[in-house]
Amino acid sequence: MINLVRNEMLKLLRKKRLYVIALIIAFLVPLFTYAQFKEIQDQREKMGTQDWRTVLQQEITDTQNRLSSSRIQDEWRKYLKIRLSQQQYYLENDIDPRAPGAPTFMRIFVENSIDLLLPLLVMVIVADLVSSEASGGTIKLLLTRPVKRWRILLSKYLAMLLSVSFIVLSVAVLSYGISGLVFGYGGWNMPLLTGFAVSGDELLTDNVHIVPQWQYILMEFGLVWYVCVIVGTLTFMLSVLLRSTAAVMGIMLASLIAGAILVNMVSSWESAKYFFMVNLNLTNYVSGMATPIEGMSLGFSMAVLAVWGLAGFIIAFVTFSKRDIY
Amino acid sequence: MSNIPALEVENLTKKIKRKLIIKGVSFTLYPGEVFGFLGPNGAGKTTTIRMIVGLISPTSGTIKIGGKNVRTEFTEAMRHLGCIVENPELYPYLTGWENLEHFANMDSSIPKSRLQEVVALVGLSNRIHDRVSTYSLGMRQRLGIAQALLGKPKVLILDEPTNGLDPAGIREMREFIRTLAREENLSVLVSSHLLSEIQLMCDRVAIISKGAVIRTDSVQNLLAEQERVIWKAEPLSLAKEILERETEVQEGLDGTLITLYDEPLLPEWNEKLVQAGVKVKEMRTQLPSLEDLFLEVTGGESID
Repeated sequence: MINLVRNEMLKLLRKKRLYVIALIIAFLVPLFTYAQFKEIQDQREKMGTQDWRTVLQQEITDTQNRLSSSRIQDEWRKYLKIRLSQQQYYLENDIDPRAPGAPTFMRIFVENSIDLLLPLLVMVIVADLVSSEASGGTIKLLLTRPVKRWRILLSKYLAMLLSVSFIVLSVAVLSYGISGLVFGYGGWNMPLLTGFAVSGDELLTDNVHIVPQWQYILMEFGLVWYVCVIVGTLTFMLSVLLRSTAAVMGIMLASLIAGAILVNMVSSWESAKYFFMVNLNLTNYVSGMATPIEGMSLGFSMAVLAVWGLAGFIIAFVTFSKRDIY
Repeated sequence: MSNIPALEVENLTKKIKRKLIIKGVSFTLYPGEVFGFLGPNGAGKTTTIRMIVGLISPTSGTIKIGGKNVRTEFTEAMRHLGCIVENPELYPYLTGWENLEHFANMDSSIPKSRLQEVVALVGLSNRIHDRVSTYSLGMRQRLGIAQALLGKPKVLILDEPTNGLDPAGIREMREFIRTLAREENLSVLVSSHLLSEIQLMCDRVAIISKGAVIRTDSVQNLLAEQERVIWKAEPLSLAKEILERETEVQEGLDGTLITLYDEPLLPEWNEKLVQAGVKVKEMRTQLPSLEDLFLEVTGGESID
C-alpha cells in the first residue's frame, strides 16, 4: 500500500500541482497582508494621536462601570467579566489588540478562506486524480496489475488526504511566515473569546470563555482540514464518476459558488441547511458569527458534512470497483 | 509445445444494454505460441481482450490465465499477464524509467534488476531517462511492451500492436514477438484487422466476426484448404468453358484462370484441355492470402 501511495504522490509531484498551489498561496498571502496592514493604519488614523493604551484603559473603565450597574442580567454580567479580563490581559501584557501579530493574521486568513479559497485549491488537486487516468487511458495499465481495484482507489484517496494536509499546512506556514515580516511573529498567547451560541435573535454567552490564541488557531485549522477533506472526498467521487476533468471542476465550482451565494439568502429556506455547501463555514461557530439558517450548530454542520463525505466515499469505491472500462 | 494451456477462454459472453455484443467466444492458448485474433473493426476483438485483462466484467463464461480464474483469483491471474490494450498510453509527464518504476511498484514480486533487463530487451536504453512526452509512437510501443514484460508473464496480450507503426517498425515488432514466443516460451495473443500481419506473425488464428468466433485453426491448415491453381492458357475463353464443366472457375486479372486445387483431378482437367486443343502455358499452385479466406469465411463482410 505504501508503494501505491508513493506512486500517486510521485505523479502529483511530477504534474507540479502541489507546487502551483503553494505558489498561489505564496502570492495571495502578501496581498492580504498588505490589505490588513492598510486597514490597521486606517484605524490608527481614526484614533488620532491617542495612545492605544489610553483607549484600552477607557474601554476597561467603561466595562467596569457597566458591571457595577445593578440592572443588568446575570448572563450579561458574566460575559462582561470575561471581556474585562481579556482587556486587562491586553493592557498588562502590552498587546495592542488592533495591531495583531502573524498568528492573528493567520487566524483571519483561514477564517476567510475556509468556504471558498481553500476548497478551490483542494479541487484543483483532486479533480483530475482519477479522471485524468481515465481520459489519458493509463487506467488500463493501472487496473491490469495484480492489485485489486479498491486498493488502487484507496491509494489515490490517501494521496488526496496527504495533499489536503499539505495544502492546509502550507497555508499555515506561508501565512505565518510571510505576514510575520510585517506584523511580527508574536501573539500566540493572546486571549480570545469563544463559545458563543446563537438562538433566534439572541446571542447566548453562557459558554463564552477565554482561550489562548494558539489553541484557537489549532481548533480552526482542525476545522479547516475537516472541511477540505470533505470537499476533497466529494471532488474525488466526481473524478471517479466523470472522465472529463473539466466537468468535475465545473460541477464542484458551481456548487461551491452556489454555496457562497446561498448562505446570504437562505435564512427562510430551512431545508437548505442540509446542502454541504452552506455548511462549510465551520470557523464561524468558533468566532460566534450568526448562522445562515436557524438551527445550525457546529455539531450539525459537521454531521451534515460527514454524511455527504461518507456518501461520496461509498459511491466512489462502489462504482470504481464495478465499472467496465472501455 | 506443452499442453497445459496458458490462457483458456470459455463461452465468454457480454451483454450491453440487453444487446449481446460477444456471443460465446471460446479459445485456448498454449505456451510458446503466437495466437492471432482476427476480425474487422467492431467485431468484438477489443471487448473480448478487455474482458480477458479484467477491465470489463463478462456477463457469463470463464477466463483462466495460467490456470487462475480472472474473476475469482484476480491478483493471481494478473500476475501471469502482461498486456497493451489499444494504444500504449503511459504517463507523458514521467520519464520512461519512472513509468516502469511506477508499474513495478505495483507488484512486489518484481525485483529492481528486472527494470534494466526489460529496457535492454526492448532496446530503449538510450532514451529511457527522457520524458515519455518526447517519445515517438514506436518508442512508446516499445515502452508499452517493456511494462507488459515486467512481471515475467506467461501470457502477453497485444491489441493491434502494429497500429500506427512504419513498415520498418512493423517488421521489427513482428520479429520481436516471434522471438519472445520462441525464446521465453511466452504465449502471445495478438489482435489485428490486418490479415497480412496475422499471416506473418501467428501460429494459430481465430477469426471473429460480429461477436462470435467463426473459426479457429492453424494458419497452415486454413491456407492449405484454400489452395488454388492458376492457369495460363490459350485461347482463354475455350479453356474457361472446358474447366467450368469440371469445377468453379474465376477469372484472374492478368488473363489467368483460377480454380480450386484438387490434386487427383488436376491431370484429368489438363488432359481435357489439351484434347480440346487448348495450349496450357502455365499451371501453378498458390496459397491465398488470408484476405480471400476472410471474405470466404465471413461471407463477404467487408474487412475495414
